[in-house]
Amino acid sequence: MSHQTTHRTHTARVPGQPRATEAAPVAAERGPGTVEVTLTVNGTVHDIEIEPRVSLLDALREHLDITGPKKGCNQGACGACTVWVDGRRVVSCLTLAISCEGHEVTTVEGLADGDELHPMQQAFVEHDAFQCGYCTPGQLMSAIALIEEGHADDDAEIREWMSGNICRCAAYPNICSAIRAVRDASEGGR
Amino acid sequence: MQPIAYTRVSDVTSAITEAASDPGSEFLAGGTTEVDMLRIGVARPRRVVDINDLPISRIEELPGGGIRLGALARMSDVAQAPSVRQRFPMVAQALELGASAQLRNMASMGGNLMQRVRCSYFREGTAPCNKRVPGSGCAAIDGVNRGHAVLGTSEHCIATHPSDVAVPLVALDAVVHIQGPQGTRTVGFDDFFLLPGDTPDREHPIGHGELITAIDIPPMPMARRSHYLKVRDRESYEFALTAAAVAMRMENGVIGEVRIGLGGVATKPWRARRAEEVLTGQRPDRETFERAAREEMAPAVRRSMNGFKAELGRRTMVRALETVAAMGGTA
Repeated sequence: MSHQTTHRTHTARVPGQPRATEAAPVAAERGPGTVEVTLTVNGTVHDIEIEPRVSLLDALREHLDITGPKKGCNQGACGACTVWVDGRRVVSCLTLAISCEGHEVTTVEGLADGDELHPMQQAFVEHDAFQCGYCTPGQLMSAIALIEEGHADDDAEIREWMSGNICRCAAYPNICSAIRAVRDASEGGR
Repeated sequence: MQPIAYTRVSDVTSAITEAASDPGSEFLAGGTTEVDMLRIGVARPRRVVDINDLPISRIEELPGGGIRLGALARMSDVAQAPSVRQRFPMVAQALELGASAQLRNMASMGGNLMQRVRCSYFREGTAPCNKRVPGSGCAAIDGVNRGHAVLGTSEHCIATHPSDVAVPLVALDAVVHIQGPQGTRTVGFDDFFLLPGDTPDREHPIGHGELITAIDIPPMPMARRSHYLKVRDRESYEFALTAAAVAMRMENGVIGEVRIGLGGVATKPWRARRAEEVLTGQRPDRETFERAAREEMAPAVRRSMNGFKAELGRRTMVRALETVAAMGGTA
């Protein structure tokens, strides 16, 4: 996935704090109170103060103001909070933020290259693949991933591999056609 | 969610030491069950020990055609592994019919075995539940029990085991490797899951601080012809009402060997030994399949809303048997 590290910048670091990507301390207990957690999101390193119980979804939305991932069911059932961790799509509501130290998190905000939308974002616009738009960030993260995973051969397969993302407006036919369009445009180019 | 402390470990010994030395610590793997249970207040550890960095996520070949699945191998990776897809298609099928792509990317094989039941009374903190609060009673027995078990139940618990992949694995006699403070041991798959009996709170033979390190699938050439059939209320992203995993080998026109696991109908991944016995040495026809399935489901205990599972389970088994029989292959 070539879109992950487009805008790499680094925030100021607290001196003396090891980077999470370096050797993690073994068996050091942290919390239950607030601890410093280092998250790499869309190529930017952030240090935040959170309790270990905070989900990745809440850390993104409430502490980093990255509000693309949406809070729907908060129990892994709706897919609105789908993000990539190390390039794999996961639900951020069932992921503890602290467990993401040392891993790369990508949200819908990390898809566009400056003002240029990711082809899947562009296809969602062109195919009218969202109505209220609440589920759309998660749908986009899954839609891109399923093509990368090689699960876009036909509509039945697309629907099955998108089934972890629920849309209550039933924009499914347009989501499918957006995914088909990106699949067909990228065939041979992967 | 109650506050929790957090420790990340990078080797198996530290993981076991950390958990074993603290009754309030629980392992955190994929989190798809654990974080959910923390949030609804049913799991209440003081601390989680994050085991995701442990080097036990490989999918390895075993001599003779078996496969060793590291406990931290993700469901999606196991489903994709060519060795699993070719030698044990019903395992790959069961994995890909479980949960959603996102959850399969997170959930580990060991965690899959350790997942708790989806009984809504277990998960709803105030209802009587012998699994959650031993001795408090079972709200499901006279409650909304459409999704509950008809086989292997007791008067204390009728919760259905939720795992898909455990169903083919019980048919394959998979072996669970466990490491703990006292060393390592192995437990056969059928013994790993405990019937509720008088102690429904005891779901596994795993003690505190013990860790699943791997799951072995022994060699079984006939499993190349195998199938997992899952029946549910909607086509995708739903637990099974009934499920059947079947592998079969023909010998001179009769069934030489057959392995059957059932899901959705029982309190544990159910090995259909009665049906296997009825089928072995018989011609693979509809009548025989139906007789075997009827005998397997005969002990079914029906409650107010789940009686249909005895019949649906029978039909599911018959259709899975027919599907595998129709695959042809070595006669």
